Amino acid sequence: MLHIYCPHCGEYREEEEFHCKGQAHIPRPLDPDNCSDEEWGNYMYFRHNPKGLHHEIWYHSTGCQKFFNITRDTVTYEIKEVYKMGEQPSVAAKG
Amino acid sequence: MQRYSGFGLLKHSLSHHENWQRVWRNPTPKKKYDVIIVGGGGHGLSTAYYLAKEHGITNVAVLERGHLGGGNICRNTTIVRSNYLWDESAALYEHSMKLWEGLSQDLNYNQMFSQRGCYHTCHTLQDLRTNERLVYANHLQGVDNEMVYADQLQKEIPALDCSKDARYPVLGASVQRRAGNARHDAVAWGYARAADSLGVDLIQNCEVIDLEINDGKITGVKTKDYGVIKADRVGCVVAGHSGVLAKMAGFELPLESHPLQALVSEPIKPFLDTVLMSNHVHGYMSQSDKGDLVIGAGIDGWVGYGQRGSYGIIEHTIQAIVELFPLTSRVRMNRQWGGIVDTCPDASPIISDTPVKNLFFNCGWGTGGFKGTPGSGNLFAHTLAHGKPHPVAEPFSMFRFHSGKLIDEHGAAGVAH
Ligand SMILES: Cc1cc2nc3c(=O)[nH]c(=O)nc-3n(C[C@H](O)[C@H](O)[C@H](O)COP(=O)(O)OP(=O)(O)OC[C@H]3O[C@@H](n4cnc5c(N)ncnc54)[C@H](O)[C@@H]3O)c2cc1C
Ligand SMILES: [Zn+2]
Repeated sequence: MLHIYCPHCGEYREEEEFHCKGQAHIPRPLDPDNCSDEEWGNYMYFRHNPKGLHHEIWYHSTGCQKFFNITRDTVTYEIKEVYKMGEQPSVAAKG
Repeated sequence: MQRYSGFGLLKHSLSHHENWQRVWRNPTPKKKYDVIIVGGGGHGLSTAYYLAKEHGITNVAVLERGHLGGGNICRNTTIVRSNYLWDESAALYEHSMKLWEGLSQDLNYNQMFSQRGCYHTCHTLQDLRTNERLVYANHLQGVDNEMVYADQLQKEIPALDCSKDARYPVLGASVQRRAGNARHDAVAWGYARAADSLGVDLIQNCEVIDLEINDGKITGVKTKDYGVIKADRVGCVVAGHSGVLAKMAGFELPLESHPLQALVSEPIKPFLDTVLMSNHVHGYMSQSDKGDLVIGAGIDGWVGYGQRGSYGIIEHTIQAIVELFPLTSRVRMNRQWGGIVDTCPDASPIISDTPVKNLFFNCGWGTGGFKGTPGSGNLFAHTLAHGKPHPVAEPFSMFRFHSGKLIDEHGAAGVAH
């Protein structure tokens, strides 16, 4: 069970209050009309799946209902940092 | 290979069962193989068996990071069925089902394959319609599946609460009567023993740490303990670790690896002679021959390679099970564990060639690949033997995520199993 710090509420809460929304920092295609099938496929379906550090979006669904980011180790499950939407991570995952 | 039989059992009892032949050899790897299979789970072992048996390719090694059967093959809840929605899936899963039906004889190893039926309960009108559609689609495909409604269902499964005042009233269910369970260890060990006896080298404690690729073509693999082992063709069948292997090959797969948990109760008197699953309240259960209740939970929503998940997920599943079967409310749980499942965006597997020549992947079976074990290995062996996918496997190419030809089985895959 993860114990998660919500940067909006300023408190630690149990994982049950949150939902993980998958990989963070996915840029939308700048020129959607001219995307190739491959570019669209990559944008739609391909996600980083690292064994190690991962940046992901979380949603405080039964709390403040706001989004934020987490950098987490996918093997130990340790949360390395929590940061707000629009901010960049200070602990970097490779790839 | 010493064949197993009733007579053998009798004979060995005279020497106190101390002289049974070892089930497989433990060879040291050769410098080169025709085919290397990375991953000694169910799918890897069945691939090796069919390569040797059906294609006469016996210069084959299965390289396994841990011990044979330490992954999902021996962590699953053993449900076998073939009632998926689309024709591509029907061909794949029904191919597997037909192999299951003769597997114990074929491998000379009791798979304890029990076609006790599998019900999908419906709790809303939408649920009913989805399942009715499935049943009709399956009829057109020649796959058995039928609807039963609440009154009849109550007779077939007396312990299920089909009353109107249940928290999640059951309106009916689809049931595939040829579906059921098998013994998962026997699947791993049976394929391993049969492959070994045909000359396949099963190498345990042999982690692949890199792939040898020159000019876009694979020539071998690099292992932690045995250095480079060469091969003409390489098949990766590493389930939750597929993304890690793909990274070594220099491409990404549309997969995410999630924890999936299961739990087993103390043994109790038999009361459930079938498999019951509910997509809507998300839980499923069967009762093993020992009497324990085998219960499967959903995936944890985040990427995880730790073979363990969060408590809240099992709590949610147990709530659903107790509502469906009120008599289980005081049963104690004995064991609980997790596996790493490789989920695909369309809930269908990938059996495919890759951007690297002579390198093939069989993955993405996610939460439901146990039932596919015989069929998957059978088709992948063909793929490895011919250097191109078997016609039944063709639609399951990894390139479908660029062409857009997805095989969306989220409806029929429903519960994570
Ligand atoms: C809790 C749970 C319940 C499930 N219930 C069902 C069910 O009821 N019905 C159903 O159909 N399916 C079910 N499944 C899914 C099913 O178990 C899997 O889809 C299937 O077993 C995956 O194929 P496999 O057997 O080859 O995987 P695995 O047994 O996981 O094999 C992969 C192997 O690759 C090895 N490996 C990884 N990396 C390397 C490396 N670098 N070098 C060498 N070897 C490596 C691993 O050690 C592992 O042994 C369930 C899964 C879980 C976890
Ligand atoms: Zn909050």
